[in-house]
Amino acid sequence: MLIFIFLPIISVVLQSVHTPHENVLITVENCDPFGCKKVTSIDHEATKNLKQSEPLGKFVGLDIYFDRGHLAIENFKLIWNNSENIFSFIQSLSNLPFYKAVFFTLTFTFTVTPIMLLLGLLIALGVNSISKKLRGIVIFFSLLPMIVTPLIGSIILFWMIDSRGIIGNLIQWLFNDPNLSLKASTTLTWIMLIVYGVWHAIPFSFIVFYAGLQTVPKDQLESAKIDGANTFEEVIYIIIPHLMPLITFVTLMQLMDNFRVFEPIVGFSAEAHATSLSWIIFNDLGGETRQLSAAATSSILTIIGVIILLSPVLLRTWKDFKFKK
Amino acid sequence: MNLIKYTFLITSFLFFLIKNSFACEIKARVSVVGNEFPAIQTVGAGAKKCKGAEVKTNLTADHQKINVAGMSSEPAEYTSAIVANTSIVALLNNDLIRPLDDLVKKHGSKLKKNQLITINGNVMAVAFMANAQHLVYRKDILEKLNISVPKTYEEMLSAAKKIRTSGLAKNPVGGAYKAGWNLAQEFNNMFIGYGGKHFKGNTPEPNVNSDAGIKALNMMKSLSEYMNPDFLTHDSNATNAEFRAGNVILMNMWGSRAATLTDADGVSDAVKKGMDIAGPMTVGGGNIPASTLFWDGWTVAKKISDTEAEATFIAMMNAIDPSIIKDDKVRKQAVWLLDGYTPTDAARGVFAAAKMNTTPYPMLPYAGLMHSAIGAEIADFMQGKENAKKTLSDIEDAYRAAAKEKGFL
Repeated sequence: MLIFIFLPIISVVLQSVHTPHENVLITVENCDPFGCKKVTSIDHEATKNLKQSEPLGKFVGLDIYFDRGHLAIENFKLIWNNSENIFSFIQSLSNLPFYKAVFFTLTFTFTVTPIMLLLGLLIALGVNSISKKLRGIVIFFSLLPMIVTPLIGSIILFWMIDSRGIIGNLIQWLFNDPNLSLKASTTLTWIMLIVYGVWHAIPFSFIVFYAGLQTVPKDQLESAKIDGANTFEEVIYIIIPHLMPLITFVTLMQLMDNFRVFEPIVGFSAEAHATSLSWIIFNDLGGETRQLSAAATSSILTIIGVIILLSPVLLRTWKDFKFKK
Repeated sequence: MNLIKYTFLITSFLFFLIKNSFACEIKARVSVVGNEFPAIQTVGAGAKKCKGAEVKTNLTADHQKINVAGMSSEPAEYTSAIVANTSIVALLNNDLIRPLDDLVKKHGSKLKKNQLITINGNVMAVAFMANAQHLVYRKDILEKLNISVPKTYEEMLSAAKKIRTSGLAKNPVGGAYKAGWNLAQEFNNMFIGYGGKHFKGNTPEPNVNSDAGIKALNMMKSLSEYMNPDFLTHDSNATNAEFRAGNVILMNMWGSRAATLTDADGVSDAVKKGMDIAGPMTVGGGNIPASTLFWDGWTVAKKISDTEAEATFIAMMNAIDPSIIKDDKVRKQAVWLLDGYTPTDAARGVFAAAKMNTTPYPMLPYAGLMHSAIGAEIADFMQGKENAKKTLSDIEDAYRAAAKEKGFL
């Protein structure tokens, strides 16, 4: 706990309040195959002493948290004062990279999680009611989406939904619109990512609920039948209350999982339309620029986001636990 | 019969001896990281021919994500990074590569002067090829429709219109417009073509919010109307695939990829025979092409022992030995800066770019930050979500935030 969770978080917090030292810039002459030119460069000798005396970098407090790449306090105020209504406020806010990512991440989390819970339960009920001989094979196929690595799965689907791919073509034919392209429209890209998220997550909720269904007491179901309950009422009044702890568990797991949505965005090359908090961290760390402080700040903000998101569920579990005691 | 057999055996033995006497000998490990296009594959394979110690290569499109980390440790994992004038900046900023002057004196007799990349008087890299984006087009289609080869982006637009109305291709224009690095590079080209300057003088102050910026964005938008609607997801590999499939007729493509473009399996004869190369295009009546010149070269890591550095230098020198371009296939892969290179047909585009005084990509410590700010912000404009002015001020704001963090502003 201390080594694997506490210390890394402390190190990320430290990184997020420090930035690299100011670079001493000098003008030098560079030569390459295309000729010589006077350009600006970093004077490493001059910054060396500073770097050695303060290896952590310059302490900047919460500056990075408030800059345009993150909470953007100044832009936030400006947009708040200039917006006429809530819609234009949200629209202007989504122009800032952090808020744009938050909007997509939250939309993704709060659509995928309920749909996946519902569909998982329905599939579990369906599988539970078919003949025992067929169940093995049906369960195997239902689990396939989870077996495929998310990145691989999304790249495969990326080519299938291409306007020349099999699914892309089918959709064009269905809607009778030869110019329809899933990858070119923001709304359709969001829907596609959400559908992918649901497809990938269903097996998990399905298998957990299916296991739970095996423990539903038979006598309760029978007495309900004698009292004249139909299947729907059985599900609502007996099965769901019985599965409630499992539903809480799956919700908790999936909220965390969906909040850190990342692979589909890379796999579908969707960064023009949708970015998530995890994607921002990846983007800051990768490439030539390597903005470590920015990435650390986004990580801390993501952790805070997860805590806020999970607090109702955690609170409820804790209360249940105390009550039972 | 026996005589023939023996002569054959002896000659092959002799050949073996001669070949080995030319092979390079190294005394310490060599580990190379670099991009994956054909010419770099050749260089990587050349370094691996050295005997005496282990030579490893890691050639991947993600090289920029791993080379800084892989050269920061003590000792560095990679003893050499193959870079371009864009990617050398990150290594210079972090002080990860060593001056090569003494090694050049000792082992670099085969190098030409223009291969040496000097920064503040020190040789920091050895260039082996030049690269630029230029026009790649389908000669057969243009001839059929009686269109002359476009020399400006305006001509490209009118050609695209004619091709679309003729029905020969629905989306005749191609371009690597994938959001991120590729899209930003296309903006840089167009911006320079309109005479724009990214920074104010020699300072890190941004200067893209200008007339040239607005014109560049609008031209990109007009071009995108003739592209596959998925253009924001197409990198240069995907754009090339579209050209191979015969869907794209005109595109701005890298010289290093154009030469071997139609060598892949399953390319129709029409595309193979019809493909042709021309110089980069100008835009808005300017005389500087809307393109940037690149060199590709290798560096030697700072945080390794001197023996490893020497071994790396010897292996990399062997990899770019002028004899490699005797092979026609290799000669075609790039515009080599090696001694004795004569341009092939495939090199015409890059040569034209050099002749037309195309601007080299700037080796500035903060150019990478500007590049990523552009790549992240332009996507909104290309989708029609905001106007050019707003996008350009967004770019400057995003750049300022990043440059402040990295200690430039």
